[in-house]
Amino acid sequence: MATKASHPNSLSKKEAAVGGYFKAISAIVWKDLRAEFRSWELISAMLVFSLLALLIFNFALELDVKTRQSVTAGVLWATFAFAGTLGLNRSMSIEKDRGCLDGLLLAPVDRSAIYFGKFFSNLAFMLIVEAIVLPVYSVLYNTNLFQPGLIAIILLGSVGYTSVGTLLAAMSVQTRTRDVLLPILLFPVAFAVLLSAVKASGGFLNGADFAEISFPINLLIVYDIIFIAISFMLFDAVVEE
Amino acid sequence: MIAVKKLVKRFGLKTVLRGVDFSVQPGEFVALLGPNGAGKTTFLRILAALSRPTLGEVSIAGYKLPDEAAQVRARLGVVSHLSLLYNDLTAEENLRFYARMYGVENSSARIAAVLAMIGLETRRRDLVRTYSRGMQQRLAIGRAVLHDPQIMLLDEPYTGLDQDASSMLDAALKAVAADGRTIVMTSHDLARAEELAARFDILSRGIIVASATRKQIKKNNLLSFYKQALAD
Repeated sequence: MATKASHPNSLSKKEAAVGGYFKAISAIVWKDLRAEFRSWELISAMLVFSLLALLIFNFALELDVKTRQSVTAGVLWATFAFAGTLGLNRSMSIEKDRGCLDGLLLAPVDRSAIYFGKFFSNLAFMLIVEAIVLPVYSVLYNTNLFQPGLIAIILLGSVGYTSVGTLLAAMSVQTRTRDVLLPILLFPVAFAVLLSAVKASGGFLNGADFAEISFPINLLIVYDIIFIAISFMLFDAVVEE
Repeated sequence: MIAVKKLVKRFGLKTVLRGVDFSVQPGEFVALLGPNGAGKTTFLRILAALSRPTLGEVSIAGYKLPDEAAQVRARLGVVSHLSLLYNDLTAEENLRFYARMYGVENSSARIAAVLAMIGLETRRRDLVRTYSRGMQQRLAIGRAVLHDPQIMLLDEPYTGLDQDASSMLDAALKAVAADGRTIVMTSHDLARAEELAARFDILSRGIIVASATRKQIKKNNLLSFYKQALAD
């Protein structure tokens, strides 16, 4: 039987596992942000889509001030969900098209590190787009959205949506119909997150007591934890042939 | 260094590999030849721990696949016809990224050495999207040897290269082989395989049908050996 060959770069098992894991996550985030801030391919597409969606909603609905307030949460989350899908799809397509996903999978790190790297990158892209969309929405709909509570809800909703979206994008990108497949897979699964986010955001904007919106907020936190845990466990199986 | 016993790979009802037995000694350069659809890429993807075997045993550097895949991947360098590089990063940034993924120590010095080896020091700060196909493939070799792997898996590395680029890739591969690495290369290009490899295995319809060393094959006779193996 062949003996196990030593390797010049091998560290002790624990050091390699822990240090390598976080190094891999940070390397993927660094790579994605660096490439994106050079090309603006992904953020610009998400942003243009979001702004167009907001404009269409604005002119199509022609609502009075009071009704606008009540639809704000729905319009916002519909915009974020569609723009987010666009970003998730593109982010994984970039990895797949030139074989870079194989490059990631060949690295001697736990594959969940690749998931978390892509998750944090996708979350960063989504938050950047949201940070630009919120002031535009505030101006168009004459509604102040810069409230810490609402921003916290948007953060929670984005974490849930991106966590499960990253997993499903890794799955759909391996198929020929990836552009169509991702929304078909993602929307039913993320429905619970979106519904909770809309309820919590709407309640917050309409001045509801915290007791009234605590249920959807708690639900958002639970979904975030469940989706991250499931994605952590399944990513390896999803990306391997 | 590589030991494969009765390897079977099925995709649904389709059996791509039908009991492959294959072994490679340390430092050996093996060319895996065969027609399209023979299963060469599938076989290499299993060796690279990118695909799970359906049946059979695969052991690389003493580690078994798929259970010890991370240890195997640390010892492998893979080059395919796709570059596995990011267009919107420079050559140096691509290598820095992979150095971090592989936990390469003293990465700056190692990156400089690799860029010198592949002759791209002067273009290190250019985006990969501005590179020719040949330069990208040389950088792909640089990426694959960055963590100093003991074993190299090359899947049709000459695909899409013109004559000049192929010659440059020859030089880069010879430099890699001269370091005593174990190399398995799939190729359609018999002349190139004959020039580089020490052993030739023919894969046809998911099974290795013939194997011969350079010594066993008289010079310039690889083509007839290949045709004979496929005919049998």
